[in-house]
Amino acid sequence: MQTIAFDVDADGIATLTIDVPGQSMNVIGPEFLADLDEAVTRIASDEAVKGAVIASGKEAGFMAGLDLKYFGSMLASESGKRPAPAEIFDKVFILNRLLRRLETCGKPVACAIEGTCVGGGFELALACHHRVAGDSSRTQMGLPEILIGLFPGGGGSQRLPRIIGVQAALLYMLQGKLFRPAEAAMMKVVDEVVPQGTAVAAAIQWVKANPSASVQPWDQKGFKFPGGAGGFNPAFVQTMAGALPMTLKQTQRNMNAPIALLSAVYEGAILPFDRAIRIESKYFAKVAADPQAANMIRSLFVNKQAAERGARRPADQPKAPTRKLAMLGAGMMGAGIATVAAQAGMEVILFDRDLSFAEKGKAHVEEQLKKRLGKGMTPEKMAETLARVTPATDYAALAGADFVIEAVFEDAAIKAEVTKKVEAVLGPDVIFGSNTSTLPITKLAGAWSKPANFIGIHFFSPVEKMPLVEIILGKETGPAAIAKAMDFVAQIKKTPIVVNDSRGFYTSRCFGTYVQEGVEMVAEGINPALIENAGRQLGMPVGPLAVGDEVSIELGHKVVLAAQKDLGDAYVAQPSDAVTARMVELGRLGRKSGKGWYDYPEGGKKHLWTGLEEMFPRAPVQPDVEEVKERLLYRQLVECARCYEEGVLETPEDGDIGAIFGWGFAAWTGGPFSHMDTLGIGPVVAVLERLAARHGERFAPTVQLQDMAASGATFYDAERVRAAA
Amino acid sequence: MIAMEAFIYDAVRTPRGRGKPDGSLHEITPIQLATQVLQAVRDRTGIDTGDVDDVILGCVSPVGEQGADIARLAALNADYAQTVPGVQINRFCASGLEAVNMAAAKVYSGEAGLAIGGGVESMSRVPMASDGGAWAMDPAVAYKSYFAPQGIGADVIATKFGISRDDADAYAVESQRRAKIAWDEGRFARSIVPVKDVIGQVVLGHDEHMRPDATMQSLGALKPSFAALGEDMPGFDTVALLRYPELERVNHIHHAGNSSGIVDGAAAVLVGNKDMGEKYGLKPRARIRAMASIGSEPLIMLTGPEYVAGKLLDRAGMSKGDIDLWELNEAFASVVLRYMQAMDLDHGQINVNGGAIAMGHPLGATGAMVLGTALDELERTGKGTALVNLCVGAGMGTGIIIERI
Repeated sequence: MQTIAFDVDADGIATLTIDVPGQSMNVIGPEFLADLDEAVTRIASDEAVKGAVIASGKEAGFMAGLDLKYFGSMLASESGKRPAPAEIFDKVFILNRLLRRLETCGKPVACAIEGTCVGGGFELALACHHRVAGDSSRTQMGLPEILIGLFPGGGGSQRLPRIIGVQAALLYMLQGKLFRPAEAAMMKVVDEVVPQGTAVAAAIQWVKANPSASVQPWDQKGFKFPGGAGGFNPAFVQTMAGALPMTLKQTQRNMNAPIALLSAVYEGAILPFDRAIRIESKYFAKVAADPQAANMIRSLFVNKQAAERGARRPADQPKAPTRKLAMLGAGMMGAGIATVAAQAGMEVILFDRDLSFAEKGKAHVEEQLKKRLGKGMTPEKMAETLARVTPATDYAALAGADFVIEAVFEDAAIKAEVTKKVEAVLGPDVIFGSNTSTLPITKLAGAWSKPANFIGIHFFSPVEKMPLVEIILGKETGPAAIAKAMDFVAQIKKTPIVVNDSRGFYTSRCFGTYVQEGVEMVAEGINPALIENAGRQLGMPVGPLAVGDEVSIELGHKVVLAAQKDLGDAYVAQPSDAVTARMVELGRLGRKSGKGWYDYPEGGKKHLWTGLEEMFPRAPVQPDVEEVKERLLYRQLVECARCYEEGVLETPEDGDIGAIFGWGFAAWTGGPFSHMDTLGIGPVVAVLERLAARHGERFAPTVQLQDMAASGATFYDAERVRAAA
Repeated sequence: MIAMEAFIYDAVRTPRGRGKPDGSLHEITPIQLATQVLQAVRDRTGIDTGDVDDVILGCVSPVGEQGADIARLAALNADYAQTVPGVQINRFCASGLEAVNMAAAKVYSGEAGLAIGGGVESMSRVPMASDGGAWAMDPAVAYKSYFAPQGIGADVIATKFGISRDDADAYAVESQRRAKIAWDEGRFARSIVPVKDVIGQVVLGHDEHMRPDATMQSLGALKPSFAALGEDMPGFDTVALLRYPELERVNHIHHAGNSSGIVDGAAAVLVGNKDMGEKYGLKPRARIRAMASIGSEPLIMLTGPEYVAGKLLDRAGMSKGDIDLWELNEAFASVVLRYMQAMDLDHGQINVNGGAIAMGHPLGATGAMVLGTALDELERTGKGTALVNLCVGAGMGTGIIIERI
């Protein structure tokens, strides 16, 4: 056995130490499954073995879930087509059958959990007769599969409800919420919490003391389902009836995994356990057979992690962590960046032209840190963190900074002036990052005498919460600047994408189309409620008008004016421009002004502005919601495709990650490029042509899309895309 | 040659008791309620129960003491001939009328000479939804059918068709006023069978759910019943907006005072062919012109009546103007108000003696009760035709057209 060390002590207690070679964290792959199979056989058949303890040999934790490569292989077939659910069932049921053999092997099995124990790893723990957790802030357990478009498929959806009841189990599984040790003990998800590092010893102790505790509660006569189950149990009925609308609130009707999870729990709850796990695997196979999970796993998990590990970082550049950050501008953005930088251990000079502004920025940092008190933040740690932030108004205070981020007023002239003054103190060899969201980086770089050291580093608001950073390369940005910016993003534990310079870069530009198309439809007299609901149904966090109000109608208008000014005749007017201008004229500037597409009555709920109908008389024939959804979706898709064709985006990975984490593009799709691949480029082009004919050139498919359709290329098959290009 | 006709020879109902532990009928078992209306039909008409070819009773929660085919057991318990079969059916809120329609169909087809259709529900003893069902709790089914409780559907009707809280409350106040007049003038006298206890005392002789003192002000103080279910936990408005994306939000206007009351009761209607009427010297009270049921969109759920009305008129070869009296179960105020909009009816033409908002809605029995109410009213006023109709759970509608002879 390569992945499990099997040691039997003098008392006949076998310790299975899992240590999957070549991985920092234990994952479930074919070798592990074969080894566990062998180990279970030995526990069951070797009379010298009286019981067993399962533990991890990894520092990083107990075990994570399925090896995603192995999961990918389950979805592969010789024909290249996705296999049918029945075929997938045979593969996914292997783990379920094996864990069932473990819990019915006739001897007590305990597990010792230290550190992370999630997904399939937690399902292994649930199949043990006794769970011991080492008490540490690193120990967390649970079933987060739903977050990547799957649900627990190794018996977890059946065992967890039988341990903590259907209602609690659904709550945790539907949200992918993890248990901390104390919480797990309180809910009886684990049987013992012991001091960190002593879980194995405690588990061995338990096995010795309980030689006959080898039958799971659900296999015992008279088992009572905690909280009850089945159609004759009112609490169960109520939980099931309520779980669906609560799920739909989060997912609309876009995600299949949560619905399958609900069905697996509902149908499995009253079944004998051997049949319950078959039901689970059948639903799991059904979900796995749909491209949704694979798309989500690729973007939300595999590629996101790769990006965070520096997939786009120039490999030859030495590590360049920031020690002292010069943060220019102490407004919302600057103060937010200062907060995350200080939390990451950096010294921060929070610079503004007026000391009261700089101090206000520091007060924001303090406020943010206070919110984290009790959530991993202690008063001491908070004081230390805060002490790292120094408000300043004197450029000389920036001396010694090894990275600059500028977040001053969005005006090229002001920015240039500040840039030059910083260079006078720090010299041009320091890397200078601009947090502009709209101004072209190449132009701004002109103010730094070594433009190779100038880069765009675009944060999203609120910085503390938003996970993405868009790194923008000016024409002359060099590898050292990329490395510096990416190392900074890694320090603050965010996800970077790398794009080339363009007006609005990638995220602002494509996000803008979502709002513009919504506005365009308002102007056509389409019912605004329908537009907003369609946006949400698509899987966007909020409707286009609601988000337009949030980012401010006025800001959108200013961006248009700036573009018109810069581009002159080359500016392509959008039908929404005039509508936005009209709203600004009316003083309906967005949420901040208390009125925009919505009214925001004090103390009441916001509602769509009733004056809209007067301004844009309702069209007598209203479109179907599917038509509205199609426009909102394809307007974004085609803009993303344009960014790819123009080289603003270099990879579909950046495009998908940036869309989901940058502007909340429907996560269930895996991102715009995954979605276009799934829909098929040919059909995408056909829809775009139809929409262009009906609604205008803004929908016209790119030449590259048309070529791809003709050649059968896809975005995620790099060679074929490049060949087509 | 079978004569394709069926006649109503009698219609009876119990008074409706408040469906709560303090309700007068709470101590009366549902089998007793059903038994007493079957006995009344037999005793009032003098039929030999051996001639009854079937007893069909609607019951919406047919479990516990309403389980195990309550129709057959009620026939036995009422001392009907043991040769009389019974069948319990469930078309949710229209079960009582569906039972009559089935009885009529049996007579039409020649399967039955006499048949009884009716229904029973003791909502105080067997609570609503006691029978479970895949509709709400099976996630796959709830997903496919966009399940939301019917109060949400009623509120969606109000929102979609511009019916305000004031409209609904005004309708409810009028329902109470009409019910009081009807009782004061004895308009239900011919149908009412007082319910007796085991020692023969009358425990209830009138509809006790009525609140004739209801005003716009008193109703205005009531909190909407479905706002929390819709907006907060578990948030069924989400499902409603998925189905009706043209709405910005759901306007929750319904409350206990403008929705049908929860009550106990039973009803029975004797249907037969011409020969049976002649055999017992019974004068047919009405001819059944048409029966129909339809399915409609299940989330909004309660818009079926307008479609079933259209189907009935087509079947009967009649037009709207041929109907003298309209009766639609007052499940929720918005249901009737929407029906009036869709059919272009004046409130003066419909539910002239009030309805379930005032008197209550004993689910399985109501269909037979409203039919009897319409029949009594035709006879009282000398009018000819009535279209009687109920909205039904899961998006259905069931109706009948009768014509006085």
